[in-house]
Amino acid sequence: MSLLVLANIEVRYGRLTAVRGVSLSIKDGDTVFITGPNGAGKSSLLRAIAGVTPASCGTIDFDGYNITGKAPEDIARLGFSMVPEGRDVFGSLTVEENLMVGTGMKARDRGWKAKTAEDLEAVYQTFPILKERRHGQAGLLSGGQQQMLVIGRALMTNPRLIAIDEPSLGLAPNITDQVYERLIALQSLKALTLLIVEQSSTRATLVGGRMLLMRGGQIVLDGNAREVGNSAAVQAAYFGYEDH
Amino acid sequence: MLQIVFDSLSLGSLYALGALGIALIFGVMRLVNFAHGDVIAFSIFALLWPSTDALAIVFAGQLPWYLLIPFVLLIGAGLSVLCEIVVFRRFRRASPATMMIASFALGFVIRYFLLMLFTSRPKSISLLPMLSQPVEIFGARLPLLQLITIIATVIILVGLTLFLRRTRFGLEMRAAAENFSMARMLGVRANRVIMGAFALSGALAGAIAMIFGSQTGTVDIQMGASIMLMAFIATVIGGLGSLAGAVLAGFLLGAASVIMQVVLPVDARPFRDAFVYGAVILVLLFRPQGLIAARGTKERV
Repeated sequence: MSLLVLANIEVRYGRLTAVRGVSLSIKDGDTVFITGPNGAGKSSLLRAIAGVTPASCGTIDFDGYNITGKAPEDIARLGFSMVPEGRDVFGSLTVEENLMVGTGMKARDRGWKAKTAEDLEAVYQTFPILKERRHGQAGLLSGGQQQMLVIGRALMTNPRLIAIDEPSLGLAPNITDQVYERLIALQSLKALTLLIVEQSSTRATLVGGRMLLMRGGQIVLDGNAREVGNSAAVQAAYFGYEDH
Repeated sequence: MLQIVFDSLSLGSLYALGALGIALIFGVMRLVNFAHGDVIAFSIFALLWPSTDALAIVFAGQLPWYLLIPFVLLIGAGLSVLCEIVVFRRFRRASPATMMIASFALGFVIRYFLLMLFTSRPKSISLLPMLSQPVEIFGARLPLLQLITIIATVIILVGLTLFLRRTRFGLEMRAAAENFSMARMLGVRANRVIMGAFALSGALAGAIAMIFGSQTGTVDIQMGASIMLMAFIATVIGGLGSLAGAVLAGFLLGAASVIMQVVLPVDARPFRDAFVYGAVILVLLFRPQGLIAARGTKERV
């Protein structure tokens, strides 16, 4: 079943069109990479789905609900968890406070406290370093630790889908490996759907899954990451060798 | 000497509470709320019957203190939330400059509403008269009111800190103040947080109104504006958006005013404010980001 369906999405900033008519359907439990060169519209597309910069045109359905034009908090409450580019940790809050920010949306449910404590323990098990630093200021964590924190923070909301914008940005390759290792482990454990934006397609070919290639605000390639991999079409998309 | 300390603290309390009210709202929506001063004035005038007499006809003022205080706080919070719902909500996506002008205009609307009902004449009022008796501490004779002002401010500050640190709503407010957009992506409801900030800020305005009204014994429709100016300066010196900075700078400004009143030569005293503002310029030259720079001055969408 399709968890996320985009139809003819367009995103504009003033006179600039960042995303032009993207249609896309993502199945429940899939891992989907959106790759493409700088300025291809990847982040804009994610932000439009999350409701941060609303799409100027088109419709978005998530889990059977039409979320077009909905507020970010309402979209988050349906189980769409967005991890934006640049790891927006709340630097002045402690690590544990960061993890707790997103748990309020279910505060009215019965057994919420016990469930939250359980979730917290699970996140700490996945990322032991966070437990170690739980009372420290989040702004003082290293880049890799911050990336783990924002993933943990997203997990605490019990999402259906996590959308991550450039998780490898500014991280050393071995740290990126660690981050991905845990992401993939979490995904199979929790039946999560992952939507990952990365500039390079290398990571996608390593991890596998579906890969979409964007360029000029459009999806130019869609296929299995391992097959599409480093084909001539990918090269062309990045370097623009194809004939117009 | 002790007299100076207490004078500084009680004047600083007013500025600190005022600055806090501005910083709270600035934190969550990058709005410098110039209407805050008029919310202060309104909260106190809500105790009076509309009249043009110099002597205020107090109606709610006859209430015992344990009803009077919540009443004024609620009036402040209520008006502040109303401002948000009726006016500021429509400017959510506007630029900070636009919002600031809107708040200016709104302040004047409130002030002229009061003018219509009460005229611009200052009115004498005696709130909680038992507080004007002097008390003796360490050999200094202080008005009981001054002591109560300081104690009340400390209670408010401690209460607010606990609220922000220990409650879920406080957590959401701190998160939203640092990165509003991210907080929303984690399901934090924007309207709720902003309304909460306005309610808190309005209640603070009510507290200031009560303290100021009982200290001076008169109320006039301009009273909020004068505190507002100092409070606004305190928020800037403290580091816009930083609550701790706002409080610290509020107390510093209070101390600066009182100390200059004492140490300046008699001839220069009428120009005290010029000296205080001069000091403000110096502070800003050396620390343009404020005494305690706020985190998360990141652009919001």
